[in-house]
Amino acid sequence: MSHDPDRDEHARLALRVEALESLLAEKGFLDPAQVDAIVRRYEQDVGPLNGAQVVARAWVDPAYKARLLADGTAAIAELGFGGPQGEYMVVLENTPAVHNVVVCTLCSCYPWPVLGLPPAWYKSPAYRSRIVREPRAVLREMGLELPAEVEVRVWDSSSEVRYLVLPERPAGTERLSEEALRALVTRDAMIGVAKASQPAGRG
Amino acid sequence: MADQALDSAGPALDTAGRAAPPRRNGELVFEAPWESRLFGLTLALCQAGLFEWEEFRRLLIAEIGAWEAAGHAAAAWSYYACWQAAFERVLASKGLCAPAELDARVSAFEARAPGHDHRHA
Repeated sequence: MSHDPDRDEHARLALRVEALESLLAEKGFLDPAQVDAIVRRYEQDVGPLNGAQVVARAWVDPAYKARLLADGTAAIAELGFGGPQGEYMVVLENTPAVHNVVVCTLCSCYPWPVLGLPPAWYKSPAYRSRIVREPRAVLREMGLELPAEVEVRVWDSSSEVRYLVLPERPAGTERLSEEALRALVTRDAMIGVAKASQPAGRG
Repeated sequence: MADQALDSAGPALDTAGRAAPPRRNGELVFEAPWESRLFGLTLALCQAGLFEWEEFRRLLIAEIGAWEAAGHAAAAWSYYACWQAAFERVLASKGLCAPAELDARVSAFEARAPGHDHRHA
């Protein structure tokens, strides 16, 4: 049988996690059912569909958008979203002149209540180091070519603040409902590595 | 120090992520069950007030920094391996689980018969 170091490392870590859970449960520090509930919540319920609701509301409701930009945490809470890693939310508005993109250079800080848990690439050493130094090149690799006249602002998540990018509303969506607009708001657009999607039938 | 991760001609960005089955809200966020379990354990203990998130986060930053400074091949990167090391350190520093205690339990589990159903024995 071939020897696969990656698989061995995964098996080793899986066993350590299992051993930790058994010890911590024995000591009365946790209830495995509570761990089940947390995992289920972050696997199924907390994700970018929440952020898409926030963005679509801001696109159709100028008063909400003003509140969102003034106090992200409070405006996001109006829609029922909050919790760990969402205590200090700052919303960054993309415009034709300014494109915002978010990173956590030191680890993987991310606004869980509105985006869920981060994708693998957000946590990767390559993204974390390169997006700061050469944002245009990284964005281009990710499929987003920005005109030279657009200013790119890179936001590094600090110990408390978590950022959500408010992407530009795509042209030609004036007649779409708020619900239809939500479907155009991708996770990547809310991190700032993409634009919001075009509605079906448009290029 | 040749750190491949800091070399702009270095690792390609894995923007597609791993093959991810669809989920209700976004995408699959864990690549293996132990990763989700580890995440759940960490959050559960933090929510129980046994440590502050910031304490854990500082240790996670240190583990990630050490991994990057060690010059590993990018292919060997495992975010949750760093998380696991940081979690063990926060547990030890808070007196919640000593390293020797954990090692003993791991050894006991390793000694189990193959095929043993090892969830919450």
